[in-house]
Amino acid sequence: MSAAQPGNDKLFDCRDAWAETLVALAAVDDRIVAVCNDSVGSSKLGGFQKAYPERLVNVGIAEQNMVGVGAGLANGGKIPFVSGASCFLTGRALEQIKADCAYSAANVKLCGMAPGVAYGELGATHHSIEDIAWLRSFANMTILVPSDPWETAEAIKAAADLDGPVFVRVSRMPVPAIERTQPKFGIGRAETLREGDDIAIIANGTLVHHAIAASDALARDGISARVVNMSSVNPLDEDAILAAAETGAIVTAEEHVVRGGLGGAVAEVVATRHPVPMRILGFPGFLPTGSAPWLMNEFGLSAAGIETAVRDLIKAKLVSA
Amino acid sequence: MPVEAGLPEERAAKIKQRAGRIRRKALEMIVAAGQGHPGGDMSSSDILAALYFDIMRYDPQNPGDPTRDRFVMSKGHCTGALYAVLAAAGYFPEAELATYLKPGSLLNGHPNRTYLPGVETNTGPLGHGLPVAVGIAVAGQIDRAKFRVFALTGDGELQEGSMWEAAMFAGHRGLDNLVAIIDRNGLQQGARTEDTNALEPLADKWRAFGWDVVEIDGHDHAQLLEALAPRVERSGKPLAVIARTVKGQGVSFMMNQAGWHHGVPNAEQYALAMEELEREYGA
Repeated sequence: MSAAQPGNDKLFDCRDAWAETLVALAAVDDRIVAVCNDSVGSSKLGGFQKAYPERLVNVGIAEQNMVGVGAGLANGGKIPFVSGASCFLTGRALEQIKADCAYSAANVKLCGMAPGVAYGELGATHHSIEDIAWLRSFANMTILVPSDPWETAEAIKAAADLDGPVFVRVSRMPVPAIERTQPKFGIGRAETLREGDDIAIIANGTLVHHAIAASDALARDGISARVVNMSSVNPLDEDAILAAAETGAIVTAEEHVVRGGLGGAVAEVVATRHPVPMRILGFPGFLPTGSAPWLMNEFGLSAAGIETAVRDLIKAKLVSA
Repeated sequence: MPVEAGLPEERAAKIKQRAGRIRRKALEMIVAAGQGHPGGDMSSSDILAALYFDIMRYDPQNPGDPTRDRFVMSKGHCTGALYAVLAAAGYFPEAELATYLKPGSLLNGHPNRTYLPGVETNTGPLGHGLPVAVGIAVAGQIDRAKFRVFALTGDGELQEGSMWEAAMFAGHRGLDNLVAIIDRNGLQQGARTEDTNALEPLADKWRAFGWDVVEIDGHDHAQLLEALAPRVERSGKPLAVIARTVKGQGVSFMMNQAGWHHGVPNAEQYALAMEELEREYGA
């Protein structure tokens, strides 16, 4: 990555990493095409359009057709990266994602731009906080929720390499570049960013840096909180979840409703294979008017919110033990 | 398989015979399975026969051949006719047809590309096939490939908005490698299309979306072959073939009866149907 180096206070829009990566992939593989819904600007496809105008397929404002066209392009030998605002891409075209992509095992890459509550004040119609629950229920659908520019680029590359349907969340909400001692991305492979034995925090996307900050703050009080970045929601790294359960308590954190997302996925493994107390941090439902940062803070999706949940859960863990 | 040569009337006669066999096979499958969609199977058999036994270029031994012509069954419920034609085309053994709808069969109520060769995309929910066909045609357009893409849609299916999203985009892109064939039998599951949510003037609608349109008798084999033939001059427009058909065509008691959208003939009806089909289309 050119701009997104860790180690300073700079914040990044992951769409830049997505756009740069797509252009780089397209340069070496002429099967790569971009499909969008009047979203050249919001998907940051201007550079792609300039470099490969004949490989940009802009269907206009028509998400059902966009996803169907993506499946058709895959049938025709292309590797389509279908991108649009995550709320419309997933919600409007859900049946196309199910039948044309997942059920058909079509080699389509669905890239949800500005997921979560990035559109803040535009309200619940524009929030994409149900997408993971919807898509996670489909067999065959790889789901990646990267945490920063580096991981976004890795997720896009991994999606291109995989033969099959993939959904990648591409965050617009500014995030720092996460410091990694041994950066290595793998579909189905979680990443431990802080070791810890008292409790585990499993997060993905924009919550990962908050989880790290929470863990660092807790460490100052002698609480050792592991941080696991579960960017691959499907397939899940079940071993990492079971290992997290060995700490005796798990907090999950995600920019999604509390039903059916990362928390639900982790809970399915924990409840059936290694029950321990859990807290699932996320949004309760349709949200009030407010900016993205305000919504995140208001609903506890912050370092402070995670820290509070960890302290509460450690008390519960002690009571139950 | 090459595009067929020969005198037009000989080719049409051959298609007619193949279409009769598809009808009989589809009914046999439906009776054995105890369920199915005979009305649509009968109305689309001639179209399928024309495509698979004359018009399209494909190699059933190499179903993933990138140069193949593609067929997308947008009206995914008409699997009796579709599976009968795919088996006859050589994609899988005819014996497989006896498993239609049985537990574990490759022949599901709607086609599945992940385990049945010859199926391009999984359809079933209406309004999905045409967008996928448009995507295939766009891939061909980008690559300047020679293959053609055919989508068979129901007429009731044109009440789905996604079909018109796809139609608009195909017109915009000038996809003259794409042919949409509308099985215009006038009936949807419960009633006439025109009494439910009217489609007419249908040809005008396609033209307004940037398509060339031909209207034919969808049971006239010579007309089908002419309408579906490779287009000598590239018009820069996709082609809509409005094939006027009769739901249940070829079986007297099913013809034009919405009630035969689903249904299974009893033993007496089945015998009568087979007799009528053999008389009309030959053995």
